[in-house]
Amino acid sequence: MCLAIPGKIKSIELQYGGAVRMATVSFGGITKEASLEMLPDAGIDDYVLVHVGVAISKVDEEEAQKTFKYLEELGEIGELTDVDEYLPKKN
Amino acid sequence: MKYMSEYRDPEVAKAYLEEIKKTVTQPWSIMEVCGGQTHSLVKNGIIDMLPKEVTMIHGPGCPVCVTPLNIIDKAIHLALEENVILCSFGDMLRVPGSKKNLLEAKAEGADIRILYSPLEAVRIAEDNPDKEIVFFAVGFETTAPANALSVIHAHRKELKNYSILASHVLVPPAIKAVIDDEESKIDGFLAAGHVCTIMGNAEYHPLSATYKVPIVVTGFEPLDVLQGILMVLKQLEGSKAQVENQYSRIVKEEGNPEAQKMIHKVFEIKNQIWRGIGEIPESGYQVRPEYADFDANRKFKIEIPEAPENPDCISGQIMKGLKKPFECSQFGKKCKPTNPLGAPMVSSEGACAAYYHFSGLVEA
Ligand code: SF4
Repeated sequence: MCLAIPGKIKSIELQYGGAVRMATVSFGGITKEASLEMLPDAGIDDYVLVHVGVAISKVDEEEAQKTFKYLEELGEIGELTDVDEYLPKKN
Repeated sequence: MKYMSEYRDPEVAKAYLEEIKKTVTQPWSIMEVCGGQTHSLVKNGIIDMLPKEVTMIHGPGCPVCVTPLNIIDKAIHLALEENVILCSFGDMLRVPGSKKNLLEAKAEGADIRILYSPLEAVRIAEDNPDKEIVFFAVGFETTAPANALSVIHAHRKELKNYSILASHVLVPPAIKAVIDDEESKIDGFLAAGHVCTIMGNAEYHPLSATYKVPIVVTGFEPLDVLQGILMVLKQLEGSKAQVENQYSRIVKEEGNPEAQKMIHKVFEIKNQIWRGIGEIPESGYQVRPEYADFDANRKFKIEIPEAPENPDCISGQIMKGLKKPFECSQFGKKCKPTNPLGAPMVSSEGACAAYYHFSGLVEA
């Protein structure tokens, strides 16, 4: 839970009447929403470190890929996928 | 050497180890603060490869492990309320409370949801206006912006049924407490990289200067940890004590100012109890009075009596670096990840679980 996972910003949606930027981030194919409120200058195609649904830092592509691979080996990517079955269906 | 294949680059790792061997001339104790680093040290066998002069001490760096027993009991109590949906990170479910854990409460019928992000809990609150949604907001500084943000989102949406049960712990006061503890003799620290991604390095300079200890902000991958250890040793052997940043590819000196603003908007500093260790002054966050409606502690006014810890568990001494997990009489016997007696056996970042998984007791 403490680690931040690097992913690539695929798209950005404005919410709360434009006040909040929410990104769809791809982590090796798994996509998740992440808030960009802590990273005002992050844009589409940027790599970001995401911690529990919030992007906290930009990273370069090479670093992102290396770190992702390491986390995969550690079995830390599971937190992105394992929780979905507990979530209520989105309407 | 059997874990060497898991390094990103075994050659570089060997070079660091050589350099470490060349650098040390006397015994030193170094504490790694972050549980991710403990995991890395143990899993990759680094601990066995370091020269005997270097003792690694595993710090209290796992928020799951230090969440007070009383707050776990509170979360369980809330989860069992008719009208409450308790949302939590998955790691918290098997942490032992005084009578049961959250997983057992779930089996008894409590509505407990495991989430990846507190922002998902806000959505659940929106979708269930007739229920009270409580997010179990644990974590270090790294997690505080997300937990704070969930409050801001709920506030913006004018939700009346969302609150957080906050149990936040802060790293610099814990380092200070460890140094102040007369029993522990630690010469240098690896600070937690992801915590500094948010907070920056500012808080560590006065610590390092006052106590004359080297503090190296370090990442969590094997090579990061090795390099961090080497940097601490170079300072120690050269009689230096300063803050250095091993993880500069991620951590900026000033941290992430937007995230800091978000934290300070929602939280204020308070004295915090760390499970196994006790109260550490100014080492936690509580929700500011402005957001009292989103504070589960104020909203539900639950008084749960303090319960004693399992007397066999020596997790406090382990987190202060006084004992190693295998010195605990219960380690691997009554206490296993499937049946943890203490919190450090629960999360993979806890020292006991890391030793259990990678000490040959089970297939890693
Ligand atoms: S092995 Fe179990 S009982 Fe012993 S200190 Fe660790 S968590 Fe506590």
